[in-house]
Amino acid sequence: MSAVLKTLHPADAPLATTAQPTDHRALRFLTAGSVDDGKSTLIGRLLYDSRAILADQLDALHARAAGEPIDLSLLTDGLEAEREQGITIDVAYRYFATPRRKFIIADAPGHEQYTRNMVTAAAGSDAAVVLVDITKIDWRARPVQLLPQTRRHALLAHLLRVPGIVFAVNKIDAVDDPRRAFEATRDALLAFAQDAGIGALAGILPVSALRGDNVATPLKAAWYQGPSLLQLLESLPTTQERISGELLLPVQFVAREGDGTGNQPRTFWGRIAHGSVRAGDAVQLFPGGQTAVVAEVRRAGQQAAVAQAGESAGLVLDRQLDISRGDWIGSPGSLRATQRFTATLAWLDTEAAQIGRKYWVRHGNRWVQARIAAIEHRLDIHSLAPTDAHELAVNEIGTVVIELQQPLPVEPYGRNRVGGALIVVDPSSHRTSGALLVTSTD
Amino acid sequence: MNARIDLDRLLPELDHRHLDWLEEEAIFILREVAATFERPALLFSGGKDSCVVLRLAEKAFKSHVQGRDYKGRLPFPLLHVDTGHNFPEVIEFRDRRVAEMGERLVVAHIDESIRRGTVRLADPLESRNGHQSVTLLEAIDEHRFDCLIGGARRDEEKARAKERIFSHRDSFGQWQPKEQRPELWTLFNTRHRPGEHFRAFPISNWTELDVWLYAAREQLPLPGLYYAHAREVVRRKGLLVPVTEVTPARSGEVVETATVRFRTVGDMTCTCPVESGAASAAEIVAETLTVTVSERGATRMDDRSSDASMERRKKEGYF
Repeated sequence: MSAVLKTLHPADAPLATTAQPTDHRALRFLTAGSVDDGKSTLIGRLLYDSRAILADQLDALHARAAGEPIDLSLLTDGLEAEREQGITIDVAYRYFATPRRKFIIADAPGHEQYTRNMVTAAAGSDAAVVLVDITKIDWRARPVQLLPQTRRHALLAHLLRVPGIVFAVNKIDAVDDPRRAFEATRDALLAFAQDAGIGALAGILPVSALRGDNVATPLKAAWYQGPSLLQLLESLPTTQERISGELLLPVQFVAREGDGTGNQPRTFWGRIAHGSVRAGDAVQLFPGGQTAVVAEVRRAGQQAAVAQAGESAGLVLDRQLDISRGDWIGSPGSLRATQRFTATLAWLDTEAAQIGRKYWVRHGNRWVQARIAAIEHRLDIHSLAPTDAHELAVNEIGTVVIELQQPLPVEPYGRNRVGGALIVVDPSSHRTSGALLVTSTD
Repeated sequence: MNARIDLDRLLPELDHRHLDWLEEEAIFILREVAATFERPALLFSGGKDSCVVLRLAEKAFKSHVQGRDYKGRLPFPLLHVDTGHNFPEVIEFRDRRVAEMGERLVVAHIDESIRRGTVRLADPLESRNGHQSVTLLEAIDEHRFDCLIGGARRDEEKARAKERIFSHRDSFGQWQPKEQRPELWTLFNTRHRPGEHFRAFPISNWTELDVWLYAAREQLPLPGLYYAHAREVVRRKGLLVPVTEVTPARSGEVVETATVRFRTVGDMTCTCPVESGAASAAEIVAETLTVTVSERGATRMDDRSSDASMERRKKEGYF
């Protein structure tokens, strides 16, 4: 992030987007692609063209290239083992900015054994850019067959409810009839998205990461009138939880004024999951059930008139109540707890998910014990068909029924990310073993 | 908050409103540390990144008093690993800030580790930067810290780009990059066994530019050597090496006085300034926008030794 702010777009470059982002949060997006799809090159290209790469980093690349064109993929593979094996192992975070926006890239490795990293990258992302290597597709065949990895990455992004899915059809410079190749691939992607229930895609674009075509600079081709990848990314919305309606606040941290253990006033801090809060609002606690009135709302050390979804707020209540981390504060009557729910489970641990075994789950700021009561089905990544399963191995995804040791106010993930997301932790290894996205509550 | 207007005037072309969101995220992480660990500590060296984290901690845990600083106390002490080769003005700044804020500072000295024999120097003037890991882990043992809050940023270096926000360390204090726990949403998994600990990085998603924008906006107190000043230097391998008692000029080198500032401040033996006339945070922002060399590339001798030097140090328990 550096000399980009005035220089990126020539003044006459047409911008596809007219809508200004409504907030100023960085857009977080993940990039997914198979080995050799050119993902690292694409990221290198975004960083390079937005001048987030500086001279000394470039010098190192020129030195390695020894006269050949520089290999932009070397900019992103940071760990020794990655350079030894020529693959990306772990999620890497990259930063760049244009005059319009700050971006955070979660670079997820594409090969199968590290899919858990893609799940990690997807969980906090506003968008996913899935790389499609057009040179690996027989676009003259009918129907056009997509690569299994493409389906897998898009499906995973969809299952993890990443709001904007973008297909970047890469290496467009390397096919003999780019227009027909792109259009055939685009149609196959649209058909796949429809079959998979992905719904509206954020975009399908031709790019050449190697040459930089249609990444930051729009494609100069008569057959393509759409935006460049960067223009598209500049226009995508960040994920915003609803600020109207009922309040939901998971208590993160309880602050006590002054020293000692007496009955000092307490402030209950937490990041609002949905809704908003102001002084005078009535609230109800979970699991205690007591009601109270908000006496004061604080934001970062100062009093505030109102706080809303996505912001951390400190609430001072009008009466002394026993509230601790892990409890929830919500609008009266709005918190409905359950001990049983159905969820999508993405399994990330080499030790398979077993029915009946006790795990720790974290929901909001509370840890409770839980077990998988049933695996309804496992999703075949290639056919998208549900299949029977008795366990879920690493990188597998299924629909499961979860039983909790104590009730929690879970909500469908599609309605609210905070109320609908849980992690599963192995009680003996403490590894983060799975990600749960609530689909329905009983 | 008043500084915000100045920034708009000074840098009208620059949208800095994303700082609100970065601040929000960092404060959330700091409260998470305070709520989930029994004995955390905040690494404070007087460097700009740790000054930013310290300001964020004040906002997370103290009340702002109009016209004054923040009142109240942080729920954890500050910790500094003193190499014995720190710039004296930075140590002076560190102690002054700690006194002003009324916080508790724990200082772990590499010289103590040398006395104990746990750090052995091959050469009395060698860089002590890599040895900090030993002293840091000894301090963790001695004080039974279970989480250290650090100011590392992912944009600094390739190995740091792969770091989690809550990063697990085994009972030897080692980072195992291939065993990192997936970090999903903000459902951090901080479960650990006795003897293991965590590092937490609230400004992971900040860049060098963000840090300077924030420093300008917050009118953050920083050591003077971050701003343009006259200093005796020699030119060595494309770097400006400050002439100090531990980094004397070598024979044949010409000592000159240059107007410089430091982009990073660490051990004197491995930190170099850059030529610059930028005398305020806003001027540094303007300069950062046109800079062509990365922060560590311009200023750190230790990161130049190989592509993987940071990764190796981190595995051994470095910050």
